[in-house]
Amino acid sequence: MKFQEMVQVVSQERIATGIYSLWIKSDNIANEARAGQFLSIYCKDGSRILPRPISICETDKENGTLRIVYRVVGKGTDEFSSLNSADTIKVVGPLGNGFELHEKTALLIAGGIGIPPMVETAKRLNLMGVKVYAAVGYRNSELFLADELKKYSEVLIATEDGSAGTHGNVIDAIKANNVKADVIYSCGPTPMLKAVKEYALSNNIICELSLEERMACGIGACLACVCKSNQIDDHSYVHNKRVCADGPVFYCEEVEL
Amino acid sequence: MNLGVNIAGVEFKNPVMEASGTFGSGMEFSEFVDLNKLGAVVTKGVANVPWEGNPTPRVAETYGGMLNAIGLQNPGIDVFCRRDIPFLKQYDTKIIVNVCGKTTEDYIEVVERLGDEPVDMLEINISCPNVKEGGIAFGQNPKSAEDITRAVKKYARQPVIMKLSPNVTDITEMAKAVEAGGADAVSLINTLTGMKIDIHKQTFSLANKTGGMSGPAVKPVAVRMVYQVANAVKLPIIGMGGITNGDDAMEFILAGASAVSVGTANFMNPMATIEVLSGIENYMKQHNVEDISDLVGIVK
Repeated sequence: MKFQEMVQVVSQERIATGIYSLWIKSDNIANEARAGQFLSIYCKDGSRILPRPISICETDKENGTLRIVYRVVGKGTDEFSSLNSADTIKVVGPLGNGFELHEKTALLIAGGIGIPPMVETAKRLNLMGVKVYAAVGYRNSELFLADELKKYSEVLIATEDGSAGTHGNVIDAIKANNVKADVIYSCGPTPMLKAVKEYALSNNIICELSLEERMACGIGACLACVCKSNQIDDHSYVHNKRVCADGPVFYCEEVEL
Repeated sequence: MNLGVNIAGVEFKNPVMEASGTFGSGMEFSEFVDLNKLGAVVTKGVANVPWEGNPTPRVAETYGGMLNAIGLQNPGIDVFCRRDIPFLKQYDTKIIVNVCGKTTEDYIEVVERLGDEPVDMLEINISCPNVKEGGIAFGQNPKSAEDITRAVKKYARQPVIMKLSPNVTDITEMAKAVEAGGADAVSLINTLTGMKIDIHKQTFSLANKTGGMSGPAVKPVAVRMVYQVANAVKLPIIGMGGITNGDDAMEFILAGASAVSVGTANFMNPMATIEVLSGIENYMKQHNVEDISDLVGIVK
């Protein structure tokens, strides 16, 4: 079930350059949300008409709160970054399918602003009692969310500039640490997802990828955010799965990147 | 208070519909909107066979609006009749099917297939700016528009709405042409062709380069065209273009629209259709209006 609500901001802080962490209050959405789902967040400024799809970083069912961690990339996210506690904001969610969690050794692979959904994913896998590794890639030594991931997983860090962890990308970090896992859960930029898919296929590992695409409605009606699928899709009977409604998470064999 | 409107002999419980392409066949929005409350559901365009649509990115936000170049992705008429029409028949609302095609024969094939289906009206899309063949090719030349209207009318069992493009020099010429071809109603406006450049990537924001602009920013253009068409032809008009609330809808009705469609606003607010309807009701109460039809086109 999806909810449209005006929600209250609980708190917001800047956790790295241009990266913000925002907690909002919504019992309904917190109760319903799965790891890997997202929210549509609406701007107050009427000149920005489309909702911003932002992944759920963490949920706290007990307190009925959710956390999103996002990067300021334009005027909409810039507007969100000025929200303070007690402000309200329009939200629709939870949206999309989320990760299917397996009771098998897990390897989370994420880069940049693909890292946030891994916090809830790691938390839930950890609760299920499975061994969790998290290979996370950053531009530099601003290692946002790494400490939180360490609570639920064994964290391998890669940085583009070599200032922390393995110098290189997430796949380099996995190889350097010789990590073996049964299931990969991944989110990040498309070139990274391509590499993850290739790594998963060549090592015969189950692999779920969370994709990103420009969206409008966010609920599967407008057909803006499609990706190329190998099978005929259920909606239009072509090869276009809807990232917002059929995804954003797909098994790597399902989609062409 | 009477919100009911009659368009080409079809009785709608109220004048609020949604614009084709923004609402699918209502399935996804039915989680947010009671479809029974709408005057009609206007489906996304359907062709004779499935269409893949355009590459992504297919949408881009603009100031107070957006561009889209979906390219009429649709499952084709077979799946549509099997899945979408039975879904919509569960609701107490009228069904308007938007029909698209690449050739006259494509349109006719879909229109014929719909002849035996429980569909109330057909809306013929001759104005999509995002497909290379068909679509707009029929909608920018009065002679072609008249011909396609006449061809479709020959086979249609339901009343026919011709959806007009704003991307013309004089929209009244197009309205007159489809009236001459036998159209039962017109709907306008489809989207305005536009372009956005991503200055950081130094390329087009849309994979299709151009797209159709919609949203609040286009409303004055749409109201002007509805007014012009209302004064040029006798056909009933379904007005649309940037409607987000009851006040916006009233501008279209006062300019000459018998009904209104809510399009891009569905993306701004999944419950926009219902809010437009209650806004119209409030307006009628405030102005002691008994019958919404009494207000159609009274601003001269």
